[in-house]
Amino acid sequence: MTAQEIFDILKIRFGDALIEEKLSAAGGSASVGYAMQVWINIAPDKAKEISFFLRDDSAMQFDYLSCLSGVDYNNGTLGIVYHLSSMVHKHKIVLKTFCTKENPHVQSVSDVWGTANWHEREVFDLFGIVIDGHPDLRRILLPDDWEGNPLRKDYKVQEFYHGMKVPY
Amino acid sequence: MGLLDQRFENGNVFITSLDDLLNWARLSSLWQMQFGLACCAIEMMAASASNFDIMRFGVIPRATPRQVDVMFVAGTVTIKMASRIKRLYDQMSEPRYIISMGSCSNCGGPYWEHGYHVLKGVDRVIPVDVYIPGCPPRPEALLEGIMKLQEKVRKESMVKKRS
Repeated sequence: MTAQEIFDILKIRFGDALIEEKLSAAGGSASVGYAMQVWINIAPDKAKEISFFLRDDSAMQFDYLSCLSGVDYNNGTLGIVYHLSSMVHKHKIVLKTFCTKENPHVQSVSDVWGTANWHEREVFDLFGIVIDGHPDLRRILLPDDWEGNPLRKDYKVQEFYHGMKVPY
Repeated sequence: MGLLDQRFENGNVFITSLDDLLNWARLSSLWQMQFGLACCAIEMMAASASNFDIMRFGVIPRATPRQVDVMFVAGTVTIKMASRIKRLYDQMSEPRYIISMGSCSNCGGPYWEHGYHVLKGVDRVIPVDVYIPGCPPRPEALLEGIMKLQEKVRKESMVKKRS
């Protein structure tokens, strides 16, 4: 199934939850997946609902979350990128969702794909995006009492941690 | 260090001979804390294997800090790990020695600027006796570091404070 077809089905079903679709210049097919990647922009508070549909619908069957990444676009916008693929239909799609730095909330998809649990904790740890509905939202890499989110572009490292000087 | 330093101002022939004996015993059996942190640990393992045979220096890996004389800090010391290293150091019995192996534990290495998670040198939490440069150092460099430490141990005395 191509990205366009997936988008059209989602558009009918979810309507305003989809904001736009970006197709590559080549208009490439998402089922190939090697060329320029095609992505669909989804609303952050509809991520779980759309993900359940993409996993369970017989025509979609996106049963595998290949990757979940956080992004800081350096213009006040944060985002999460989901790479999905289907073992059954051998097609792939990329979902993106955006939120502002002032209100960094995105719905959890860890109920849909168990893989997302630790990935979302990492996004929370390093980008400070609050994952709503996550079963265990704690820092995964850094200590619990660390200040700030290191992969944000405006991150400033703290001077001391428990009496140890952090900068060089 | 011990009781004798309270009794004698300067070394006499008895003290210096005892020094020689104790120092010889210590430098010939530097038992090692058995743990590694990063890729330097691979080189440390290579140094333990038959080609380099670290055991001919009397370096035997022990799994508890209470039985060891020397700790090789072999690898990147993250800030999370630093408090654990400090605790291991506190559990070692005197006299204890630290060999900092590799650029990361010397000064932060490649993480010196953007590595918010890396302690910029293990000497910020524990005192280091010998620094071994390299990224990672070859096993020969580790052997050289052990020999440097042996030189240091050989010069120690009960009546003088360790530098």
